[in-house]
Amino acid sequence: MDNAVLTVLIAMLGGAIRVSTPFMFVALGETLTEKSGRINLGLEGNLVLGAMVAYATSYLTGSPWLGVLAAGMSGLFLGALHGYICKLPKVNDIAVGIAMMSFGTGLAFFFGKPFIQPQAPKLDSIPLGDWTGNPALAQALQVNPLFFVGIFLAVAMSWAFRNTKWGLIVRMTGDSAASAKAMGVSVDLVRFLATAAGGFLAGIGGAFLSLYYPGIWNQGLSSGQGLMAVALVIFARWDPIRAIFAALFFGAAGAIGPALQAVGITSGYYFFNAAPYILTLVIMIISAGSKASARDAPGELSITK
Amino acid sequence: MNDVPAAKGHAPSLQAIGMTKVFGPLRALDDVSINVDAGSFHALLGENGAGKSTLVKCIMGFYSGDKGQVLLDGQEVSIRSPRDARANGIGMVYQHFTLVPSLTAAENLVISRADAPDIIDWGKETRALAAFMDTMPFRVPLNAQVSSLSAGEKQKLEILKLLYLDQRFMILDEPTSVLTPGEADEMLGLLGGMAARKEITVLMISHKFREVKAFCDHFTVLRRGRFTGSGDAKTVSVADMSAMMIGDTPIRERSGRVQSAGGRDVLELAGVFADDNDGASVVKSVNLKVKAGEIVGIAGVSGNGQSALVEVLSGQRPLADGGIFIRGERFEPNRGAYDKFKVFGLPEEPLKNATVPKMSVAENIAFRSFDKPPVAKLGWWMSPGPMKAKARDLIARYRVKTQGPDAPIETLSGGNVQRAVLARELSGDVDVLIVANPCFGLDFASVSEIRSQIMEQRNKGAAVLLVSEDLDEILELSDRVAVMSGGTINYVSKIEDTDRNTIGQHMAGH
Ligand SMILES: Nc1ncnc2c1ncn2[C@@H]1O[C@H](COP(=O)(O)OP(=O)(O)OP(=O)(O)O)[C@@H](O)[C@H]1O
Ligand SMILES: [Mg+2]
Repeated sequence: MDNAVLTVLIAMLGGAIRVSTPFMFVALGETLTEKSGRINLGLEGNLVLGAMVAYATSYLTGSPWLGVLAAGMSGLFLGALHGYICKLPKVNDIAVGIAMMSFGTGLAFFFGKPFIQPQAPKLDSIPLGDWTGNPALAQALQVNPLFFVGIFLAVAMSWAFRNTKWGLIVRMTGDSAASAKAMGVSVDLVRFLATAAGGFLAGIGGAFLSLYYPGIWNQGLSSGQGLMAVALVIFARWDPIRAIFAALFFGAAGAIGPALQAVGITSGYYFFNAAPYILTLVIMIISAGSKASARDAPGELSITK
Repeated sequence: MNDVPAAKGHAPSLQAIGMTKVFGPLRALDDVSINVDAGSFHALLGENGAGKSTLVKCIMGFYSGDKGQVLLDGQEVSIRSPRDARANGIGMVYQHFTLVPSLTAAENLVISRADAPDIIDWGKETRALAAFMDTMPFRVPLNAQVSSLSAGEKQKLEILKLLYLDQRFMILDEPTSVLTPGEADEMLGLLGGMAARKEITVLMISHKFREVKAFCDHFTVLRRGRFTGSGDAKTVSVADMSAMMIGDTPIRERSGRVQSAGGRDVLELAGVFADDNDGASVVKSVNLKVKAGEIVGIAGVSGNGQSALVEVLSGQRPLADGGIFIRGERFEPNRGAYDKFKVFGLPEEPLKNATVPKMSVAENIAFRSFDKPPVAKLGWWMSPGPMKAKARDLIARYRVKTQGPDAPIETLSGGNVQRAVLARELSGDVDVLIVANPCFGLDFASVSEIRSQIMEQRNKGAAVLLVSEDLDEILELSDRVAVMSGGTINYVSKIEDTDRNTIGQHMAGH
């Protein structure tokens, strides 16, 4: 029995490390965008398009890291488009986001058809667990470098929001456009840049999906991770570090179902597969109801206004 | 742009000549000129809607004027945005705060600098800020989030920001309306001293003659968008200044206090508790009864729980414990109960708390009646005709200065928003009236008018709860005074048995 518990825990650790990365990137990108006072619900589109572009680039050039970069650029393009359209008068960022989601996935499916069959070179991982002598643990501790990049980015962002001029300007724009204008800051420009940069990060999240885990390209690759990650931002109360923990938590919860099955507990399999969604919902209800979360929300977001 | 800011290091002079600004059909400014000497403390006077804010916003480059030029130290400067104004050493404290709520005071200060470093060395900045604060006569907690500061602290921080940025031509739009008289005197005294030493030049919009007489040396008056006079603030009498402000419009006679025969208790607060947004208790066990035909004034320094209490009464904040009773029945603050018990109210900051800024004046005035005849038939079919007719009538009766019933209420001047809300709340049959700082930012004619309205409601038999930070207002209107300090009421007295000093001591928590 002890062994089974251990198995499940190791599986959850592995899940947290493997599954969390795309969530991290999308959630960090969305945190940046929302901190500037705009919501981009379309990051699911960036994720899927990023996955396709990364896979195609890796296949055509043979370099997976070039694929990651290309995925970022495709996300940058979608984000910039969102940012540009929202600058036009009387445009609602949420509606544009939903349109961009369909646009991004549509583009990916359209251009991605020829790349479903071929095998593209994948990203390598760093074996961090070989010394343990435990094959399950070693397997769980196969870590992709992007995982560390994500954590580093979160720390950097959290630092930058407090200690750099640009960080403060983004927060100011997101919290009080009137103050930003009174200070001569171009609110539209700041939001445009923040949305484009956020889109870039979401694109990289997509590259992880197609080039590492699950490491294929097809139309069912993303099951709404992009949307879920946007929700995680609220859950993490617009804090990059908390976004990382939220992503890890979500990844770990997602591993519960398969791991239980592996140790022979099959009843409630579908229920446990839904665990991450249920847990997130529960935690969101608890935390969103708290007054602290209302205070952390950037004042200019169209959902809080 | 002028890359040598003319204003650095000494007090500049400023002239604005022939300023004109048109909003649609309204000439908000019509060929107005103003001359502010170096090192002077200049007052800009005028009734609500006279165009004072519009004039200074044109000088600041917030609005582009339709005509006019600005001279700084005798040289023409072109100011097209607040950024240009800042580069020229012109800074302003707006009627509405422009601090960023989620940043700390220190972050607000540092980021407001044009030369804010790309990477902020907080160790160094904190030391510099502390050294700067040491030279200032008032201070603000630097590491607190601005949203957690009181209105008075925010106002101080706005002014500190101008000094920190070395903006030596300072425009203040009603800077003392959120301060206690003591704080206001302290701040104006300091600014006056700096002006006298020719370190800064101040242009201040104010409705308070007392401050103008005590601290200003010159004044300029606007009326309906035109220049109507200027002079030496020390020698010209208040009567002459007010004549320039209102022309020959008669001021409404104050309504007298009718002796009431001690009505029944109407409004009762029984052990009311409330929490602030972080869950800390800010209103603690408040017990108070208000009779019909009585005004009970709640005095207190801002931030002692009064706003939370008003929010509880207006249904914006949940009651943590205790109860509110009207004529012995429990009162749950919701729309139905407001109607049933005929409870009306004027909360503070009406643009934020009592209106929908982007909706029209007529719609805002109809909030209490849009689902009743004649505006609505069968309780749901709204006819805009009667709604507008009623709005026109109220706009005329309460002299709300607006372009018309269809103008969005946010385009009204500060004082006129207040009047529109009052028109909505007082035009019906009132049993209980809850007012918070009703004369905040109003010119003297409106103050007189609104206090009369409140007194009239009392004379007609309404139970009035008046929460005010203005002690003069409390002393003028109340039948009984209660003092709130630290979230509780620590003193209640009939107005004839108390005086300003006793109340002041209890306000300070003794
Ligand atoms: N953005 C705007 N659009 C249309 N009209 C406006 C706008 N801003 C101000 N006005 C109008 O211009 C006139 C002057 O307003 P202003 O705010 O300058 O008055 P004020 O003298 O500052 O009054 P108060 O003492 O009440 O603050 C008012 O009638 C107001 O309704
Ligand atoms: Mg004004």
